[in-house]
Amino acid sequence: MTNTFVRRVLPPVALGIVALFAWELLVNLAKIQPYLLPAPTAILKQLQIVLPALWSATLATGANALVGLVAGAIVAIVFALLASRIRVIDELIAPIVAAIAVVPIVALAPVLTNMFGATSESPRRVIVAIVVFVPVFINTLRGLRQVQPVHRDLMRAYAASNWQLTRTVTLPGSLPYIFTGLNIASSLAVISAVVAEYFGGLQNGLGSRITSAASNSAYPRAWAYVFGAIVLGLVFFAVTLAIERLASRRR
Amino acid sequence: MSAVEVSGVTKTFATRSGLVTALDDISLTIEKGEFVSLIGPSGCGKSTLLRLVADLDTPTSGSIEVFGKTARQARLDQSYGIVFQSAGLLPWRSVTANIELPLALHGVAKPARRARVTELIELVGLTEFANSYPEQLSGGMQQRVAIARALAERPELILMDEPFGALDEMTRERMQQELVRICAETGAAVIFVTHSIPEAVFLSDRVVVMSPRPGRIRDVVSITLGDARGEALREEATFFAGVTAVREALHGAPVSTGSTSKGAARGVDSR
Repeated sequence: MTNTFVRRVLPPVALGIVALFAWELLVNLAKIQPYLLPAPTAILKQLQIVLPALWSATLATGANALVGLVAGAIVAIVFALLASRIRVIDELIAPIVAAIAVVPIVALAPVLTNMFGATSESPRRVIVAIVVFVPVFINTLRGLRQVQPVHRDLMRAYAASNWQLTRTVTLPGSLPYIFTGLNIASSLAVISAVVAEYFGGLQNGLGSRITSAASNSAYPRAWAYVFGAIVLGLVFFAVTLAIERLASRRR
Repeated sequence: MSAVEVSGVTKTFATRSGLVTALDDISLTIEKGEFVSLIGPSGCGKSTLLRLVADLDTPTSGSIEVFGKTARQARLDQSYGIVFQSAGLLPWRSVTANIELPLALHGVAKPARRARVTELIELVGLTEFANSYPEQLSGGMQQRVAIARALAERPELILMDEPFGALDEMTRERMQQELVRICAETGAAVIFVTHSIPEAVFLSDRVVVMSPRPGRIRDVVSITLGDARGEALREEATFFAGVTAVREALHGAPVSTGSTSKGAARGVDSR
């Protein structure tokens, strides 16, 4: 236990600390202006000051990312299940997914803000759901198509229903693929929840705090909020990984 | 009523280069409790015939009856158990859960399921691996799990498609020995697809010899080795005589009009 800790956790932490020291040193020695790059100590000081605001902004963005992630992933998995089973749906969905994949958040955010109103949480959540949909859908569909012929024969020999085939063979077999999609989607969810706030709508999340701090030339404060976004993204990623570990142990 | 009644079955496949006749006018009866091997070169349609009996494919013409029912009805009634060349275990299920699969799918209650699985795991000698996962087992052990799974619902017919084809020779002979024992204990009829002559002779009551393009039954060789088949049998003259008979049927004409000893030498060389 301690051994794995020493080997796997210590090196990256040590590297991070060294990098922070180098950063601090660089900023002080080269006299880099705060609007270019603030020193870690300055960011830390701001972090302590804005901590309550940072916490509530992180919660707001985190809630949006979570709702969008869950909704987008569920819709993606359901549609992938349908597409894997019904050919017509597959052919109908494929071009739409390709179109969704290239929708720019920049274009969508103002439109949705108008649609739902500036005081609604929904626009950001819809954006997150749309962004999440694509990687989860594509990976899930690929996984669902990986059924071995021998398993298909076996389930036919057992006179298993379509739903039994899905539940006992297809879905468990595609779990690794689904989680590949979710791992990508979890980081995308946080990024898009933050970025969506840059384009109007309710101003209670990390994205709006970052822009307003930056526009007030409070660069260390902006960085403090960026730090919050990074931590939030890591939490999402780690939780998805943990769920994957659990699921693959007992699927 | 016989276990399997194949009458006048033809199966053609449409391929890019035209129609291919996989099976041409096959008729075959397998009695209850009988062990019948299908042997022949690649492309003779032996696996296809097995798949038709299992209703995994449907014949182009002709009819197949399993215990007096259509092949489809027999499949829906779970009248047979099946074992493929690859064990086909679900990698995310333990040995127990894999064997339990058909029972779970067909709504057998959990206590009954557990009791049956314990029995089966003992039958195939894997008790200490009950909670292992397929990736932790050797090829031979995986195939034993597949056999246990096929036996789960006490079928009176077991279909086996080259089940030991991917195993090494030593494991293979041990598995054949186990299969002889299991068949004696369950009394089920078996259709066994193989391309190993000694394997077919060691296991079977009858060996159906097939020829390719189009797949036809060339000959049916009865093996009269009795029910007690142990390791010693492999070195007996009667076994070699059986090997020779199947070999000659397989090659179309008697390779030699030969004495037993000559045939025996050839039998040893085969495989």
